[in-house]
Amino acid sequence: MSAKPSRLNRVLMALVFLFLYAPIFVLIVFSFNDSQSRTVWQGFTLRWYVELLQDRAIMSALWTTLLVSLLATAIATVAGTMAAVGFFNMKKRWRGPILTVNNIPMTNADIVTGVSLCLLFVAFFAGWGDFTRWFNSLQGLVHLPTRLHMGFGTLLIAHLTFDIPYVILNVMPKLRQMDKNLIDAAQDLGCTWMQAFWKVVLPEIKPGIVSGALIAFTMSVDDFVISYFTAGSATSTLAMVVYGMTKRRISPKINAISSLLFVTVLTLLIVVNVREARQEKALEERKL
Amino acid sequence: MSKKLIRLVDCCMAFDGELVLDHINLYFNDSEFLTLLGPSGCGKTTTLRIIGGFLTPTSGEVLFDDVRMNDIPPNLRQVNTVFQRYALFPHLNVFENVAFGLRVPRREGGRKIKLPEPEIRQRVLEMLEVVSLKGFEHRRITGLSGGQQQRVAIARALVNRPKVLLLDEPLGALDLRLRKDMQSELKRIQQQLGITFIYVTHDQEEALAMSDTIVVMDQGRIQQIGTPEDVYNEPKNAFVADFIGESNILDGIMHEDYVVEFFNRKFKCLDSGFAPMEPVDVVIRPEDIDIVPVEKGQLRGTVTAVTFKGVHYDTIVDFKGFKWLIQTTDYHPEGETIGIVLNPDDIHIMRKSEYSGMFGDYSSYSEEYEEMDGAEEGSGDEE
Repeated sequence: MSAKPSRLNRVLMALVFLFLYAPIFVLIVFSFNDSQSRTVWQGFTLRWYVELLQDRAIMSALWTTLLVSLLATAIATVAGTMAAVGFFNMKKRWRGPILTVNNIPMTNADIVTGVSLCLLFVAFFAGWGDFTRWFNSLQGLVHLPTRLHMGFGTLLIAHLTFDIPYVILNVMPKLRQMDKNLIDAAQDLGCTWMQAFWKVVLPEIKPGIVSGALIAFTMSVDDFVISYFTAGSATSTLAMVVYGMTKRRISPKINAISSLLFVTVLTLLIVVNVREARQEKALEERKL
Repeated sequence: MSKKLIRLVDCCMAFDGELVLDHINLYFNDSEFLTLLGPSGCGKTTTLRIIGGFLTPTSGEVLFDDVRMNDIPPNLRQVNTVFQRYALFPHLNVFENVAFGLRVPRREGGRKIKLPEPEIRQRVLEMLEVVSLKGFEHRRITGLSGGQQQRVAIARALVNRPKVLLLDEPLGALDLRLRKDMQSELKRIQQQLGITFIYVTHDQEEALAMSDTIVVMDQGRIQQIGTPEDVYNEPKNAFVADFIGESNILDGIMHEDYVVEFFNRKFKCLDSGFAPMEPVDVVIRPEDIDIVPVEKGQLRGTVTAVTFKGVHYDTIVDFKGFKWLIQTTDYHPEGETIGIVLNPDDIHIMRKSEYSGMFGDYSSYSEEYEEMDGAEEGSGDEE
């Protein structure tokens, strides 16, 4: 193996990066183009960004996206951390298979997850309708709504299903790296198991929890396919609005909003990666 | 008269049906330095974890001041532990690590009690002084050397004023020099505070140097309990004789009180109370054997190997096919024929046991050393 990449290698690498990033680069450049045209450059403007702010549908989708992402992240972080601690305290025989099952939602095709969740909600709503009609006919005190629709609630549940595995995946290694004697030591010094968890385990696995939360948030902001199948007709996320806009008259506003999404996700990913690099460095120092 | 603080009565421990502790009966006195000594897997750490409350014995009783403690969790026991690899809290500095136990709110009479901050501060600083870490309060744990971390771990356990301190191979991760320093340091701390130390180790030298009482364990059973002098000079069986120090162990026959026969020759000894003509194990420590010119010797043999050890030479001598280890400051080259003299107090007689014939022959001397090296490497990997 030669130390220097050959010229061919370099050319191939350049081509790969060109294919990967040229479209995004073009997208961002034309979000500042002072024209409806997506082919001819006619000067710099922030017009499309301003128009975004004035677009009701987009702003409402932005709030939906932020709200569902933040809520899903918060719930998934707590649930995922608790699940990881639970798995960790299981016998090894069970831990392996369960972690494999945990990985399935992440590797599963989004379209499959989306459609199956959609079918699940529809089936549940049908069952709910039958149940409430029977329940309401029994008594007159409580009247339960018989018709439920997909909307923000189902969207949130759908986001939880793919956010929780990411949190678990980030917390597990931190638990494994932790010196198991720390829990014994805390209990030895007077802590109950719960106190030991709060005072010792949580600070130790905190970096994993934060990484997990950041990745979960990124995934939620990023998601289109699963949201599309589970948000119902009245609720839209940003990604869904962009998709809707491409079906109608194409406006450079799409460029602007896509650029913003891209920058947001990129920033989050950079933060996650920098944090991980720092943690690894700190861990190595600790070993020395 | 010293008090029995902790008693283990008929304790058995089984993991997945495998018996790890086999009917242990043991008591621990007030302000005693007691060492549980044995090879890895002998049950010494299991015993310690039962006392600490991390394991519940399968059968038998754990008594603290005659109160049954079997199911009391570790946080409610008046003992503290120094863990094998310290288990310091990496996210806290030295002061907060030591203060940890004092900051845990305790329930007394249904009310939560927190220690006032000035008292915490005073006790932590006091304890840091005891372990010679004054001025280290604000240092991070990760920046400390192994020896310093060890001291923090000891301070963190002692600051809670336990009646008993449990130490699980606390010096295992330190280098030889530091280990020697910490041995005398630990002994000093124990005497200064006057509390009971229960110390687990596989290092016989460490045990001999520090302990008031040594409990030698193997295969989940107690082999011998005694002072360091007792277990060294009067080992109960071949296992103890071999595990603590070097020993030549021979088959002998006890003719009558104070007379033992081996190598077809009768020797005077100081032991009595055996049946006439009872087969016994005879222990002769390598450093007790006097080498004399052939004509003056009670036995004669040929030197087959010599290793320089600094203070002395390890000399392997062949007596009619049985190889002895003799430690002598005089050099006798390989091939030389020598004589030896055994005085009555050089000879120690043990009853036959399941360990008879397993130890004490130096025919495979070099291999045995390799095994020991291997074992040390093995334990090194663990660290």
